[in-house]
Amino acid sequence: MKKNVFYGSGIPYISTEDIRGKLIVIEGADCSGRSTHISLLKEWLEISGHAVLDTGFKRSMLVGDVINEAKQGNTLGKTTLSLLYCTDFSDQLENKIIPALNAGAVVLCDRYIFTLMARDIVRGASKQWLIKLFGFALVPDAIFYLKVDPQTLLHRTFSKYGHLDYWESGMDINISTDMFESYQKYHTLMETEFGKMAKEYQFVVLDGKDSTDDVQRILRDRVSDLLKI
Amino acid sequence: MEQKKIRGLGVSKTFSGKLFVVEGCDGAGKSTQIYLLKKWLDSQGYIVFFTQWNSSVLTSGAIKKAKKDNLLTPTTFSLVHASDFADRYEKLILPHLRAGYIVLCDRYIYTAYARDIARGCDPNWVRNVYDFAVKPTATFYFKVPLAISIKRILNGRTQLKYHEAGLDMGFSKDPLESFQIFQGMVKKNYDDMSKKEGFITLDASKSIVEQQKIIRNYVTNKLTGYISPYTKKSKNEVIL
Repeated sequence: MKKNVFYGSGIPYISTEDIRGKLIVIEGADCSGRSTHISLLKEWLEISGHAVLDTGFKRSMLVGDVINEAKQGNTLGKTTLSLLYCTDFSDQLENKIIPALNAGAVVLCDRYIFTLMARDIVRGASKQWLIKLFGFALVPDAIFYLKVDPQTLLHRTFSKYGHLDYWESGMDINISTDMFESYQKYHTLMETEFGKMAKEYQFVVLDGKDSTDDVQRILRDRVSDLLKI
Repeated sequence: MEQKKIRGLGVSKTFSGKLFVVEGCDGAGKSTQIYLLKKWLDSQGYIVFFTQWNSSVLTSGAIKKAKKDNLLTPTTFSLVHASDFADRYEKLILPHLRAGYIVLCDRYIYTAYARDIARGCDPNWVRNVYDFAVKPTATFYFKVPLAISIKRILNGRTQLKYHEAGLDMGFSKDPLESFQIFQGMVKKNYDDMSKKEGFITLDASKSIVEQQKIIRNYVTNKLTGYISPYTKKSKNEVIL
């Protein structure tokens, strides 16, 4: 039984009848281990004979560079940034994800509309507006959420980059002028939004603090079921 | 002074400025009319801010390149234009309205409604995308028979642009035929939303002077009780 194809209004001019592949999403904060698990999954799937497309944000030809440039200058309005990310996502969905699914590939998405929605909600956007805006998004076959508490994320960020990032600390929303404090508050807010969406969108919540092996084992079990490997 | 409420992404504030918009098919004479309106308002000492569709510095490079390489789907076409609009809206339109000025827009969200719906986007989805934008004080819709607007555009042109002609839609391989079909759909969308959105419809086949007179009358009406927050010296008086 196939559930809803799209979350909302969909893409009226696109046929989804040919979709044979599987769409797998991994959500989680920066440093939650998403990319590690995606590359491990990709390797494993390819060895088992599946074609894999892995994709993430800002990789679209269309506006990826515009977003990066604009963030440097930090002169963007919140609605503008929201719509640019949405453009980037829709470009990848229509030009990469859907064609790959039509070809029967397994698509591994490093984050999906949920990160975009959570970011905007903590910045004051209306959730109803966002739900309708992203109504053209395909409903994934599985959404895995790597849950890691803000304290652990903080330590992982320091060990990975050595410093905190302006945007990843939510400095643009003025919860604190102190980046260290802002980081913790911001990630607490994000975690709350993810918690709500986990229920609303049936995420498979995984403990991102477990060892890589343990998390990967669960991921592979779930994906095996999905692909009937 | 009258204060209007701002809808929008996390913004709930009021503003006292006035927003006048011109809409209609290409070649309907909108730009001429808004230019004349601006000249007149300027001469009356008002502070007037003017902005045009698809003119944000932020996205112009990306939009141009994407159009050239023909990378756009109806949804991404809609969203890049929405990003352009949002950038101008957040940086220019809304701040000027909040400062209490008169803002003139050559095309507004209705252009997106008309074009994106013609390109096959879901009408309710498109409307939601632009839900953050305030409703104009008045929207002038320049209604003109398709044959006339097409003739005006083709006048002095040897070639139609790819997206302008709606060639991305695959209606026809012939640019002229495709353009006529696409413009016809855009016009129908304008006509259909005209009543619901409260457009002031102008017969764009009337003379320029006649149309301008009607517009100035409406604007004068809408400016009753409006006080410019800051006045420039009036340069000259215009006799209508």
